[in-house]
Amino acid sequence: MNQRHAEIGLLLAAAALPLVLQSFGEDYYIGFATRLLIFALAATGLNFIVGYGGMVAFGHAAFFGIGAYAVALLMAAGLFSAWLAWPLAVGAAALAALLIGAVSLRTRGVYFIMITLAFAQMIYYSVISLKFAGGDDGLPLARRSTLAPLDLANDATLYWVTLALLAACLFALQRLAASRYGSALAGLRQNETRMEAIGYPVRHIKLVCFVVGAAVAGLAGALLANQNGMASPSQLYWTQSGMLLVMVILGGVGRRYGGVLGAIALLGLEEVLGRVTEHSHFYVGLALLAVVLFAPHGLAGLWARQK
Amino acid sequence: MTQLILEQMLNGLQFGLMLFLLAAGLTLVFGIMDMVNLSHGSLYMGGAYFGAAAAEASGSFLLGMAAAMLGMAAVGVILEILLLRRLYQRDHLAQVLATFALILIANDAVRMIWGPQPLLLNPPAALAGPVELFGFIYPAYRLLIIGVGLAVAIFLYLLVSHTRAGMWVRAGAANRAMAEALGVNVRQLFTVIFALGAALAAAAGVLLGPLLAVQVGMGENILILAFVVIVIGGIGSIRGALVGSLLVGIVDTLGRALLPTLLRATTSPEVAAHLGPALASIMIYLLMAGMLFWRPQGLFPARS
Amino acid sequence: MGTTEVTALLEIAGLKRHFGGLWATNGVDLTLEAGEIHALIGPNGAGKTTLIHLISGALLPDAGTLHFAGADITRCNMHERVARGITRSYQITQIFPQLSLLENVRLAVQARRRDWGSSLRFWRPASADVQMIAEAGDWLGRVGLAAAAGQLAGDVSHGERRALELAMALATRPRLLLLDEPLAGMGPEEAEHMTRLIAGLRKHAGPPQVFPGPQGGERRAATLSGGAFNGEQTVLLVEHDMDIVFRLADRISVLVAGRIIASGAPAAVRENQEVRRAYLGDEL
Repeated sequence: MNQRHAEIGLLLAAAALPLVLQSFGEDYYIGFATRLLIFALAATGLNFIVGYGGMVAFGHAAFFGIGAYAVALLMAAGLFSAWLAWPLAVGAAALAALLIGAVSLRTRGVYFIMITLAFAQMIYYSVISLKFAGGDDGLPLARRSTLAPLDLANDATLYWVTLALLAACLFALQRLAASRYGSALAGLRQNETRMEAIGYPVRHIKLVCFVVGAAVAGLAGALLANQNGMASPSQLYWTQSGMLLVMVILGGVGRRYGGVLGAIALLGLEEVLGRVTEHSHFYVGLALLAVVLFAPHGLAGLWARQK
Repeated sequence: MTQLILEQMLNGLQFGLMLFLLAAGLTLVFGIMDMVNLSHGSLYMGGAYFGAAAAEASGSFLLGMAAAMLGMAAVGVILEILLLRRLYQRDHLAQVLATFALILIANDAVRMIWGPQPLLLNPPAALAGPVELFGFIYPAYRLLIIGVGLAVAIFLYLLVSHTRAGMWVRAGAANRAMAEALGVNVRQLFTVIFALGAALAAAAGVLLGPLLAVQVGMGENILILAFVVIVIGGIGSIRGALVGSLLVGIVDTLGRALLPTLLRATTSPEVAAHLGPALASIMIYLLMAGMLFWRPQGLFPARS
Repeated sequence: MGTTEVTALLEIAGLKRHFGGLWATNGVDLTLEAGEIHALIGPNGAGKTTLIHLISGALLPDAGTLHFAGADITRCNMHERVARGITRSYQITQIFPQLSLLENVRLAVQARRRDWGSSLRFWRPASADVQMIAEAGDWLGRVGLAAAAGQLAGDVSHGERRALELAMALATRPRLLLLDEPLAGMGPEEAEHMTRLIAGLRKHAGPPQVFPGPQGGERRAATLSGGAFNGEQTVLLVEHDMDIVFRLADRISVLVAGRIIASGAPAAVRENQEVRRAYLGDEL
C-alpha cells in the first residue's frame, strides 16, 4: 500500500508541474517535460519487450516513427481527430510489429537483434524515399490533433494528456505482467524449453509481447508528432532505436519504471549539460559508461540496492 | 548501357572492398567474443579525421594514411584494455549501452577537436584524374582503392589461413573455450585483433574520405552496412565477410543505378519514381533479413 | 505385438530421422498401450533421446507416422501434442530457477487450463487464482515437496528438482508421460524416492480428482491420493539402470542403432538372444 501511495503522490506532483512552471514563467519547460514523458512512454514499451519478454529488439524506432508518420499522413489526408488518428497510429505500429515479429521471432539472440535492426532500416529507407511522406525533410503537421473537448493546442493540456496516457499504459502493463499471461512471460524468460514442454505456444506468447510493446511506442510516436509539429525521419533511424534501448538499460531492464527513469535521466542530463556545454553528448556518454561499469542493473537497480 | 553497368560494377567492387575493411574487424570481434560492438563506425570516423589532419599537416596522403592506421590501432588497444575487456562476459544489452556511449563520446570528441564543419581530404595529386581502362574512362583514385582493398583482402586471407596466429583466430571463432583449453592466450590475441580491426577501419575511413565527406556521424550509416555484411557472410568468418562485402557493395550500387531504370521500363514512371529509390535502398536489408530467416548462420558459418 | 486398436495409445510406424548422414532413428515401429509403463532401453547413441524428441514434437520426423489416441499427430508441434496429452521430461533438468517450486508447478497447471490467453487472463492477477495455486500445491505434495513449496527452484537439491520436474509434467495431466532418464545424476536415496514415485503412477495414481465447475472453473475434490486410478497414465521411460527398468516396466523395447530390435514383456526381452548379443551382454 505504501508504494501505491508514493505512486499516487508522484502522479499528482507530475500533474501539478505545468502550473508550477507557468507561475515561474518557464513555459518552455512544459514542452520539454512533455517530451520527457513521450520518450518515457516509448521506452516503457521497449522495456516490456526487452525486460519482460526477454527479446533484445533493436528496431523500436520503427514503431515509434510509424506512430508519428501515421498521424502526420492522416492529417495530410484531412483527418485531424485524435480520437480516430491516434488509435489508427497505434494500430499501424501494432500491425507492423505483428508482421516483423512473426518473421523475426524465428531467430534468436544476436540474430534477433540484427533482424529487427534490418526491418527498422527497411522502414527508414522506404519512408525517406517516399515523396508523399516528405522524404528527408519529414512531414510537418498543419496543427495539433483535435481531442474534443480538450484543446491540445494548449501546451499544458498536451502535457496532461501525455501524462494520463503514460500512467494508463504503466498501469495496464503492470496488470498484464501480473496476469496469467505475464506469468507465462516470466516463465519464458527463465526457461523456454520447459515452457514449450509443458505446452505453451512459445512464439505466440512472445509475439503478443512484441506487438504490445510496439503499440505503446506507436502511441508515443503519435504524441511526439504533435509535440514536435512534424514526423521526422530521424525518429526512424537506427540511432533512435539505440537511444531508446539505452534509456531502458539505463533505467533498469525489466523494472516497472525502468523506461521512465531512463528516459528522464538521459534527456534530463542532456538538457542540463546542454546549458553549460556544446558537447553534452560527450559527458552523457561518459555517464553511460559509468552506469555500465558500476551499476549493471541500471538506475532502478541502484535504487533497489540502496533500500 | 554496358558501359554504365561495367562502371557500376567497378564502383560496387570498390565499395564492397571498403566494407570488407570495416567488416573484417567487426566480424572477428563479434564471432570470437560474442560482442556487439556499435563503436566500430567511430573507429572508421576517427581514422578519416586522423588521416585528413595528418595529410593536411604533412602534405602527403600516404603519411596521412599511415598516421590514421597507427593512431587508431593505438586507440583500439587502449579501448580494448580499458573498456571492452570488461564487457565480453556481460550480456548484449550492456555491450549495446557501452558501445553506444562510445559513439556519443567519439562524435563530440571529434567536434571538440576539429569543429562541426566537415574536413576536406584530397586524393593524392597523381591519382586525381581519370584513366582509360579497357576503352572507358574510370577515376584513377577509385582504381587505387580497388587495388588496396584487394591487397588487404589477400593479406588477411593469408594471415588467417596460413599462419599460426590465424589458426588461433579461426579456433577462437569456432569454439572459444576449446581454443583457450589448447593454450591460446585469447586475451592477448584479442587485443591484437581489435587493434588490427581498428587499423583496417581507419584505412577504410581515409580511403573513402575523398569520395564521401569526412564528417561527424559518417560512421553510423556504414556501421549498419558492415553488420549487414557480416550477418550475410556468417558471423566470425573472414571469408564470409569478404564475400558478403562484395555482395552488398555490388547489389547496393547496381540496385541504386539500375533499379529505377528497370522499373521505368516495366511500370509507370509515377510508380518507378516512388518505388525505385525505396526498393534500391532496402534491397540489402531484404537480403539480410532473408538470410537470417532461412540461413541464420550465414553463407560461411564460422561456428561448427 | 498383439495390441488391439482399443488399447493402443500411441502407434509409431516407420519413423525415420537423420542428422547429416546419420540415421538417428531408422524405421522405428512401436506401440504403447494405455496404462502401461513401457521402458525404452538401448546402448548409448542408440537414438533413445531422439525418439523422445520425435514423440514429444521437439523434432519432426523425415518419414513415418505417429498416431496418438487414434489421431495423426505426425506434423503437430510440441504445444499441440501437450494439449493432446503427451508431456515429456528432459535428461538435463529444465526448471524455472528464479521462481518458487509452487510457481513452477502453477505455470504447468495454467498451461493445461488453456484459457490463459483469453481476454480476461491478460488483466486478472494470476495470484488471485487460488484454485490453481491449491492444485499446484497438491501436485507438489504428490512428489513429496509440499514442505519446500515456497523455496526457489534454483536453491533446492538435484533430487528435489527432478521431483519438481515430475510434478510439473504430471500437472499438465498427460495421458502419455515421456520420462528421459529421470534418475540421471541421483544418489541412491533420491533414486529410490523417484522410482517409488514412478511406480506410484501405475498403482493408484491418476490425476487429482478435479472436476469442471459450472462456469468452466474447476472445483477440487477433497483428496488426491485416495482417488481411484482411471487407468490412463501411460509412461514411456528411458533408463539405464536395468534393475529399475525390470522393477518398473510392464513391457520393454530395445533400441539399437535407431531400430527397435525387440519389444515385449520383461522376461521375454531378457531371454531374447538378439538383445543379449546386441546389447545386454553379460549384464543379465
